[in-house]
Amino acid sequence: MANVSSLNTAAAGFDAVSAEVAGPRGRKPRKILSRRNIILYGLLGLAALYYLLPLYVMVVTSMKGMPEIRLGNIFSPPVEITFEPWVKAWATACTGLNCDGLSRGFWNSVRILLPSVVVSIAVASVSGYALANWRFKGADLFFSILIVGAFIPYQVMIYPIVILLRELGVYGTLTGLVIVHTIFGMPILTLLFRNYFTSLPEELFKAARIDGAGFWQIYFRIMLPMALPIFVVAMILQVTGIWNDFLFGVVFTRPDSYPMTVQLNNIVNSVQGVKEYNVNMAATLLTGAVPLIVYFISGRLFVRGIAAGAVKG
Amino acid sequence: MATSVSIRDLSLSFGSVTVLKDLNLDIRDGEFLVLLGSSGCGKSTLLNCIAGLLEPTDGQIFIKDRNVTWEEPKDRGIGMVFQSYALYPQMTVEKNLSFGLRVAKVPQAEIDKRVARAAEILQIGPLLKRKPAELSGGQRQRVAIGRALVRDVDVFLFDEPLSNLDAKLRSELRVEIKRLHQQLKNTMIYVTHDQIEALTLADRIAIMKSGVIQQLDDPIVIYNRPKNLFVAGFIGSPSMNFLRGEIALSGDRPVFTTHGVSFALDAYDASEPLAPSRKVVLGLRPEHVMIDSDVNSPELHEAVVDIEEPMGADNLLWLNHAGHTMSVRIGGARRYAPGARVRMSFDMGLASLFDAETEDRI
Amino acid sequence: MRSHAPAGRPSQLFRNLNSKIALIPMILIALVVFLGGTVWTVVYSFTNSKLLPRLKFVGLEQYERLWDAPRWIISIQNLAIYGILSLIFSLVIGFVLAALMDQKIRFENTFRTIFLYPFALSFIVTGLVWQWILNPEYGIQSIVRSLGFPGFTFDPLYNSDIVIYGILIAGLWQGTGLVMCLMLAGLRGIDEDIWKAARVDGIPMWRTYIFIIIPMMRPVFITTLVLIASGIVKVYDLVVAQTSGGPGIASEVPAKYVYDYMFQAQNLGQGFAASTMMLITVAIIIVPWAYLEFGGKKRG
Repeated sequence: MANVSSLNTAAAGFDAVSAEVAGPRGRKPRKILSRRNIILYGLLGLAALYYLLPLYVMVVTSMKGMPEIRLGNIFSPPVEITFEPWVKAWATACTGLNCDGLSRGFWNSVRILLPSVVVSIAVASVSGYALANWRFKGADLFFSILIVGAFIPYQVMIYPIVILLRELGVYGTLTGLVIVHTIFGMPILTLLFRNYFTSLPEELFKAARIDGAGFWQIYFRIMLPMALPIFVVAMILQVTGIWNDFLFGVVFTRPDSYPMTVQLNNIVNSVQGVKEYNVNMAATLLTGAVPLIVYFISGRLFVRGIAAGAVKG
Repeated sequence: MATSVSIRDLSLSFGSVTVLKDLNLDIRDGEFLVLLGSSGCGKSTLLNCIAGLLEPTDGQIFIKDRNVTWEEPKDRGIGMVFQSYALYPQMTVEKNLSFGLRVAKVPQAEIDKRVARAAEILQIGPLLKRKPAELSGGQRQRVAIGRALVRDVDVFLFDEPLSNLDAKLRSELRVEIKRLHQQLKNTMIYVTHDQIEALTLADRIAIMKSGVIQQLDDPIVIYNRPKNLFVAGFIGSPSMNFLRGEIALSGDRPVFTTHGVSFALDAYDASEPLAPSRKVVLGLRPEHVMIDSDVNSPELHEAVVDIEEPMGADNLLWLNHAGHTMSVRIGGARRYAPGARVRMSFDMGLASLFDAETEDRI
Repeated sequence: MRSHAPAGRPSQLFRNLNSKIALIPMILIALVVFLGGTVWTVVYSFTNSKLLPRLKFVGLEQYERLWDAPRWIISIQNLAIYGILSLIFSLVIGFVLAALMDQKIRFENTFRTIFLYPFALSFIVTGLVWQWILNPEYGIQSIVRSLGFPGFTFDPLYNSDIVIYGILIAGLWQGTGLVMCLMLAGLRGIDEDIWKAARVDGIPMWRTYIFIIIPMMRPVFITTLVLIASGIVKVYDLVVAQTSGGPGIASEVPAKYVYDYMFQAQNLGQGFAASTMMLITVAIIIVPWAYLEFGGKKRG
């Protein structure tokens, strides 16, 4: 079962990330202002600057008026702080004929996000539980196919899915997109849950069976309450992943139900009219706000989640 | 006597690995049976098959004369206690005890009654509202036993229940399990790798190796009359002394000779005639080697004390005799210095003789 | 005493039926979508499907046309440049940052938060920010010019020759934090006694890293490499947001080629052929890795 064990390496990778919690190693720091420390913190500071710069530029640009943008440089802080670009980006920016701003995309994304997160996690957690505890012949084969599938470029599978959804009569609908997110969330989430449930003591499962609990009773009454942390990780993974999705949004929704990323791209890269960079940056920040908030709140759990999500690419 | 659990020709293999091989076993009603063996011998696998947690490849399992080979664990009338306790971490002790009953939709009043009874028997009444994380190891294992108790089962299965406890607690709970058995008189099947547990608890011990039961007998018979070399070496600490040699005749009486020394076999109760020049292994427990004042035979053998290990009540000597190292158990008060010379003889009435080829008892 | 009559083995199909029912979605996804979908696309890449998929086989014609198309050649070149450079830079930067982070520094959490936050952002957001920063009129170029270097030119997004490097800068900004995290985890997984031993032996730190630590981290490097590489092949949103493939077709990538032919140009056959080529590229990355990692060990 080469394929299944390959996952375990990937899984070991995620666990290694959590092992990071063990704390720093390396050599002990000496004097505070040694040459070594100056170089060390200098390099780290420089790198931090590179990573922070775009965020800073987004924020300051979004708070300037257009005249100031034309005059000044993108790094200078706003002379006169204005929130008008934010209001415009949210409420009145135009994509095509619609001029009700990003708010439309935001609510579309929310409508997509909630059912997709719930359905994909529900399906994957049950699959992971069944694989971990109710092993039967052949299940590992399907699981291997699923995991290999995680490496297949979406472009290869996207058209057959279009046909499939059209046959089912859900192409272009919210249901269709929820199905797509569930499908492509399956490999990584199933892996995540399978590994987690495998790591729980098998004797608990045995004890529950002796007690007469069946498949669903064990899942809901024994496993679920013990798996809350991994559900949080899965949620972080799916919320950021689905929110940031662009390709499936373009392919599987109609223009009036485009998710926020697609609408953002259409607003910023529209060829008509004068470019309003401050509005564009406000819109960009608004779109990035949801995953950023998730990131800053969840901290270390996010690290675990994205390390797992890296497989998804 | 009625049988409680019968196992017929049970086999189990995972792919090409055979874990259990054509195993037959009858467990009497109310018996305390211990499955003893080192890890990987198949004892836990056998227990899991009885519990219904593993499906056998072949063979049948009967509990109370009912064929349960393909039944769900819950329908077999068994309760199981695990090494890691396997308490549901999110439930209180009370909920842990009653989970099985709640799943079976037993009326609440009945649940309360049974939980109260189990709590009384196991003295865990004050713990009922606590979560497993707030309990000590011994308390957890008591709750785990209680979980089997409330379900009112015919057969208790124990899977190394004491292995996670420290030595002191282990001996305490051992006594408690024995008392529980005397009180409840249920059939109990107990898996362990610890021979002290096996010897102290069991009505009968089944010693397993490579998926096969080597000997099934009373503990004292297993200790004194091991069926083969494996059982002889497995039971007892320190191990039985083994001397390789052969049968010879001294006059018309059989003797055991090794390295030119011979020991009379008159007192040995052989199950077959002892033919001369047959290659054999003589097994002697440390307490069946006599030295100095204990020597009761006219034969004179001399040995040299190599190492002395005083253990309080006992004193263990390692002797050198004709190139063999032998362990001898004597009273704690008798002390020897290394290098001391001692007279030595064997208590052949309690010795074991094995064929060197087949390794079976003669 | 009742007779001990043997019982036959009941049908395996209905044993633990619920667990099998629960796995149906997974089995369907694996078989129908992942396996079936892939086979379907590969099969249809040998047809002359245009607006609708049709089973009229034309042999390798789509592939010939694909490799004759300048846009595809540029896409492949871009992917190669972007892929190789992004692998090298993200591994080097990621490792160096991780090594710096592993020096018992203060504010480790702050630094990690800073390095990693771009990974939470979408490629669309990333692309749009960097499009703005690299804007020649207002961005870096104009700032450097205003600092007294009027001849300074840095307009990667408007210069066909270097546009892919402009995308690379954005891609690295977004992804190196993750590599740093994986590398840091790898470093923390190394036995501390190794460091003590190297120190007792008087081996300088940089030598310890290069000759002892990095070879020990081989599995982490390989896993990271495969993860980045299989992600690179899928690069799409970033290009769409940052340049829309421009100027001209200078920053086209295979994934975009596939999308455009399938959903815009209504030339499905080309799209299928191009996506099959992407599949082959991924296979070229994954198969040797899988072979190296698992081929030598137990097989079957």
